[in-house]
Parts: sequence; structure tokens; C-alpha cells
Amino acid sequence: MTIPSVTAFDGCGASIVEPKPVRPAFLVFYLVLGIAFGFVLSRSEVISWFRIQEMFRFQSFRMYGIIGAAVVTAALSVAILKRTSLKSASGEPISIPRRPLGSGIRYALGGTIFGLGWALTGACPGPLFALIGNGVPVIVVAILAALLGTWTYAWARPHLPH
Amino acid sequence: MNALLYSDWPWYVAGPLIGLFVPALLLLGNKVFGISGNLSHLCAAIAPGKLEFFRYDWRKAGLWNLVFLLGVVLGGFIAFHGGPVQDIAISPNTHAALSRLGIHDFSGVAPHQLFNWHALLTLRGFILIVGGGFLVGFGTAYAAGCTSGHAISGLANFELPSLIAVFGFFAGGLAATWFILPLILGGL
Repeated sequence: MTIPSVTAFDGCGASIVEPKPVRPAFLVFYLVLGIAFGFVLSRSEVISWFRIQEMFRFQSFRMYGIIGAAVVTAALSVAILKRTSLKSASGEPISIPRRPLGSGIRYALGGTIFGLGWALTGACPGPLFALIGNGVPVIVVAILAALLGTWTYAWARPHLPH
Repeated sequence: MNALLYSDWPWYVAGPLIGLFVPALLLLGNKVFGISGNLSHLCAAIAPGKLEFFRYDWRKAGLWNLVFLLGVVLGGFIAFHGGPVQDIAISPNTHAALSRLGIHDFSGVAPHQLFNWHALLTLRGFILIVGGGFLVGFGTAYAAGCTSGHAISGLANFELPSLIAVFGFFAGGLAATWFILPLILGGL
């Protein structure tokens, strides 16, 4: 059993523990799961600018129901997985690294900045990519702008409060 | 079967299905569900510059997630070609509120008036598409997560940082919806 090394990556899911690279054969499964996720995002209409507006205007329960039910399902699954000593199909013990709280400023401020963008584009990152195929090709420009945003954060990072 | 696959799904079907991606990724390879990390991985792969934030092995940390993301794009295409969304059945109140802001085309998933190539040349379209996209990329990197990483994975793991982030998501979303959008769309 080797000691997992922590990569410098801290974009989403701060300092992800990466014991070993993914076996190429497994990539097919990630692709299939991704296809399923893109399909579900589309069918559930969470990719819709109109649905996001409806949510932020508190005019429908739908989005709250979707996010709430997703959280409950995920929380129950995680609780069950923690109680079992199941290993993943790739042979690793299942563990979810916790993000360090720090001062919490990055979560409050970063979250608020993302929220502004979420309401303007009507899409969070998953839907941005699902929208390419859903008849909104101009969203590719929003994705490029998002990459520029992430790059700018990386550049400004030493000067930002965390 | 077709009706099930191609109609809009109710929240109590869509929500649990979305939540199941968390255990699915954990069981497959001990991976934490979260989309926005891919923006970092793409930057690290394409233009890391000399920035410390991108100084990690993106293949090792994120190739699985980039492949997942490619799947999301394909899944969107498959859903669209199976039966594109014609009209989103939004609440009459939302319909009325958006109409007052000048939106009259309610077909498709996003308003064609605002999200098309020509709109990019207008200040309004530029702010929505380029400005909005930039804020999504900057904010998710700063907050270390988006709706999937914080609102779903993080909350499901009872993480305080994620709860703070989700409050931020809503603070920003409400501000943009109630104060910024009326300014941008005014006179549409």
C-alpha cells in the first residue's frame, strides 16, 4: 500500500488525493457516465436559462426539488459507502477528501462571483458543456470566457484573500 | 419508452438520478463528482503559463474528468437529436416577468434573442455570454467548486465550505437576476 500523494491541483475538490493514474480501460466508463450525465442534464432542463431564471425568482419548486433530491440521494449514498469498507472498481479504498475551511472567504466570495455568472449565462459548468449540443452553439464563447476566467483567477491568486 | 426518454423529466426523477453520479464515480474509481475542475485541467493542458495554480499533472489528476466532460457534450447532442426541447414549461409568473424585460421568444432552452452569434456584437450579449462565462470560470476556480462539486458532492459530504459556497451562489444569482439583468435587458 503506497501512501497517496497530494497533487497541487485545487480547482474543484481541493487537493485531490491521487494514489495512481486512471487505467486507460477505465476511461470508457467515465465517458459513458459523462454521456449519461449530459443526457440527464438535458432532459431535466437544468441546462435552461429559463429554468435558472425561474429558480432565482422563486417562481417554481422544480429546481429546488432537483438539487435537493440530488443532495439527499448523494448524501445517503455517501453515508452508506462510508459505513461499508467497499473498494472502488479500480481497487482503491473509497474516501472523500474534505476541503480546508481556512477563513472561508474564498468560498463566500468565489461562490458569489460564480453565482453572478450562473444567473447571467443561465448555466453552471456542466450545463455549459451540455448546451453545445442543445442548439446553443454560441455557448462555446461562454466556455472560452470561463477558461479565461479560471486563468485570470490563477494569475491573480497570490493577491486574493483566501 | 420513447416518451420516458425524451420528455422533460419531473424533479423527483431528475434529482435522484443526478445525485447517483456521486456514488457512481466513487465506486468506479474513488473520484469526487465535480465539473468545474475541468476548467483548471484545460488551462493546465493548454496554457499553464508559469502559474503555480496550473503546476500539476493534469493527466493524472483530471484526465478521467475531461473524458467525463466529453461525455457530457455528447450526452447533450444525443438528448437534442432524440427530441430537442421545444418550449420549456416555465411558470406563468416567470414568463410574465421575462416578457416585461423584453423577452418574447420562449422557444428552446435559452432565449434566442440573447444567445446567438450576432448578440456577441452587442453590449448586452457580450455581458451575458462573455461576462457571464468569465464570472463562472473565475468564481468556480476561486470557490474551488461549482454546483456539482459544492452544492451536490460537498453538501452530501456535510462540508461547511460547500454550504458557504452555496450561499454565495445564491447571493450572486439573486443579485444578477434582480438587479443586473433588468439593467442589461432594459430597452430590449
